[in-house]
Amino acid sequence: MIMDYQLIWVLLIAVAVFAYVTLDGFDLGIGILFPFIKEAKNRGRMMNTVAPVWDGNETWLILGGGGLYAAFPQAYSLLMTAFYIPVFTMLLALVFRGVAFEFRFKSKNHQKHWDFAFSAGSIIAAAMQGAMLGGFIEGIAVENGRFVGGAFDWLSPFSVFCATAVVVGYALLGTGWLIMKMEGDFQGNLRKLAKPAVIWMAANLGVVSLMTTYVNPVYAQRWFETPNIFYLAPIPLVTIGLLYWLWHAVKKREKTVFGITLGIFFLCYVGFGITLFPNIVPPMITFRDAAAPENSLAFMLVGAVVLLPIILGYTAYAYWVFRGKTGDEGYH
Amino acid sequence: MLDAELLARIQFAFTVSFHIIFPSFTIGLASFLFVLEALWLRTKDETYLSLYKFWMKIFALAFGMGVVSGIVMSYQFGTNWGPFSEFTGGVIGPLLAYEVLSAFFLEAGFLGIMLFGLNRVGPKLHFTATTMVAIGTLFSAFWILSANSWMQTPDGYVIENGRAVVSSWIDAIFNPSFPYRLVHMVLAAYLTTALVVGAVGAWHLMRDRENRAARIMFSMAMWMAAILGPIQIFAGDLHGLNTLEHQPAKVAAMEGHFETREGASLILFGMPDMEEEETKYAVEIPKLGSMILTHEWDGKITGLKDFAPEDRPNAPIVFWTFRIMVGLGVLMALLGIASVIARVRKKLYSCGYLHRFALLMGPSGFVAILAGWFTTEVGRQPWVVYGLMRTSEAGSPVAPTAIAGSLIAFVVVYAIVFGVGTAYILRAMVKDPRSAHVPDETEILRAGGRQSTAAHPPVAGE
Repeated sequence: MIMDYQLIWVLLIAVAVFAYVTLDGFDLGIGILFPFIKEAKNRGRMMNTVAPVWDGNETWLILGGGGLYAAFPQAYSLLMTAFYIPVFTMLLALVFRGVAFEFRFKSKNHQKHWDFAFSAGSIIAAAMQGAMLGGFIEGIAVENGRFVGGAFDWLSPFSVFCATAVVVGYALLGTGWLIMKMEGDFQGNLRKLAKPAVIWMAANLGVVSLMTTYVNPVYAQRWFETPNIFYLAPIPLVTIGLLYWLWHAVKKREKTVFGITLGIFFLCYVGFGITLFPNIVPPMITFRDAAAPENSLAFMLVGAVVLLPIILGYTAYAYWVFRGKTGDEGYH
Repeated sequence: MLDAELLARIQFAFTVSFHIIFPSFTIGLASFLFVLEALWLRTKDETYLSLYKFWMKIFALAFGMGVVSGIVMSYQFGTNWGPFSEFTGGVIGPLLAYEVLSAFFLEAGFLGIMLFGLNRVGPKLHFTATTMVAIGTLFSAFWILSANSWMQTPDGYVIENGRAVVSSWIDAIFNPSFPYRLVHMVLAAYLTTALVVGAVGAWHLMRDRENRAARIMFSMAMWMAAILGPIQIFAGDLHGLNTLEHQPAKVAAMEGHFETREGASLILFGMPDMEEEETKYAVEIPKLGSMILTHEWDGKITGLKDFAPEDRPNAPIVFWTFRIMVGLGVLMALLGIASVIARVRKKLYSCGYLHRFALLMGPSGFVAILAGWFTTEVGRQPWVVYGLMRTSEAGSPVAPTAIAGSLIAFVVVYAIVFGVGTAYILRAMVKDPRSAHVPDETEILRAGGRQSTAAHPPVAGE
């Protein structure tokens, strides 16, 4: 049997990126919510809910980036060059966000500063990811395999919209996670915060989806052409249904909020994949053009097949160990 | 105006220099924590648990900083070194992917349990988590050193359509310099950690010579220095011979030899001058250079003049960083020997000179690692992949201003973040290790190892 390694790897990287978006999404969401939560003790609790798992969550970003480098080196090189400024801005923001987990508890005098660093780092990292998503959908100027665009090509009204969409989306994921992990009055406050976020996210999703079909006629064709429109219609329709359900869940449910938000993220992600496939550097370069040699892909696949289930196993175990409501505990 | 290539090199050197500090510390510290917890579980001696908790806090800080600076590195390949990424993607990409899959996830996945889980999973499972984190750090070293060694001594590849394609994974992973580099680096990491632990032990002994936790740290660290110091010198010598075989230009620069000679002298100090092609003010010992490198008094050593000027690495940097590394290595071995003498005379915990010496040597491992890293990386120049790709061909088509801007941002951000982080680490180090342990927690553990979160006293934000 001949394996389509290129296809397998593009799907694996897509899975890694989605794992990153959802897992680090709620970590980042907690930082995005910080400005709305004033009490230091509650902020500490919020951080405690993710302190044991954020390292693992962040690792999916390295797998996504590293996997792209290994499996599609040309795409990696082009995208990193085109997104030079947002990539570095995101990385520096993640530096602040990452160390804040340790530093916040080490210092009483400067706790406010580290709270600010954590929050600003989370917001900026999320916004940069959204802006890159927007720039990615809009396409990258490539000629003869070289990036020929400018340093600010990624910045446009559309990418700014995508940036806000991601920030709000992450905030909602974070709220869903916290509603699950917190109790009492504080949980009530979080529910109040979530309501406007749901409306904002719904509006954002509508605008971004419609704008996407205007960015490139090929995208519109893919969605609106018959018979595609019939096959693909369930994606937006189910998303609308989930948003409606989410609106009601936010008011009274404890665990479903997070689950529904994940569902919405998943559908958006699938829709995004359908729009762009098979391009890995839109609008021209497909994943097949950019792929690494077959034997590299095959060699890595052995590792991925053996190790990914193990990774998922112990990651699930770590989450299970820290299941349930989070109190004020830490090791500090 | 500085050009893009030089700026990208400075940026890479800057970020890698910061990054390398943390993994080389956490590799050793993870193994140390493994030993401490094993000793605690075996002997039930609470002092080991105190020490475990003391060093765990420092580990968490260093690990966090290692993670964030490492993420930066993994993206820099694409941003600043696009053509390099395309050329090597098929070889180095999979090695790094294996690092993420086999090492990074293992460390990150179990770190949470290691830091926060003692009350939740009980001592045995917690020990498993510590073990996994320690193994993860070593796997990580394995893959990173393999990738780096391939850039130094590429093997097991063919060039197809202007890209490196692997023909044998065994040859590519276990390329000629890899075993030497891996051993030299892991020993360096262990030695570095031992020197830090020894310095912290010495600091506390200088305050209270009866401090049992400090005595244990100091004694364990001094054993490590005494054993690993000489082994490291031996391993370094083997690594040098390997470099002579595969990268003779680097060795010529390390030695400061411009002329090819039989029976070459050992230049102790001097000023290599690339323009004049000679090492000025050289203090040398006749014939010893050949003896050390070839193990023959009249062995032939190739000088830099045998290489075309555009193929020569920067001799002054390589020459001096190499001397800093070797000099510190000798001092480390001396510390080890001094500690053995003090131990035999039963003065290990009372000899003030030894404690002061150990305290001074505390940061020396980091300096030696950085110096050694510069020796090997600058010595590889002008090649980014030795003999295959020049550094000048490896850079992305990015405007110098973009690289300069991100470099300045890195300098500012790293200065703040790592400056503060180091301050927190030092502050954690000077706390009395005996106070790191809250006794009632072990009583809970003995009672069954589990505890509801509600009953736990609030300690966050301490």
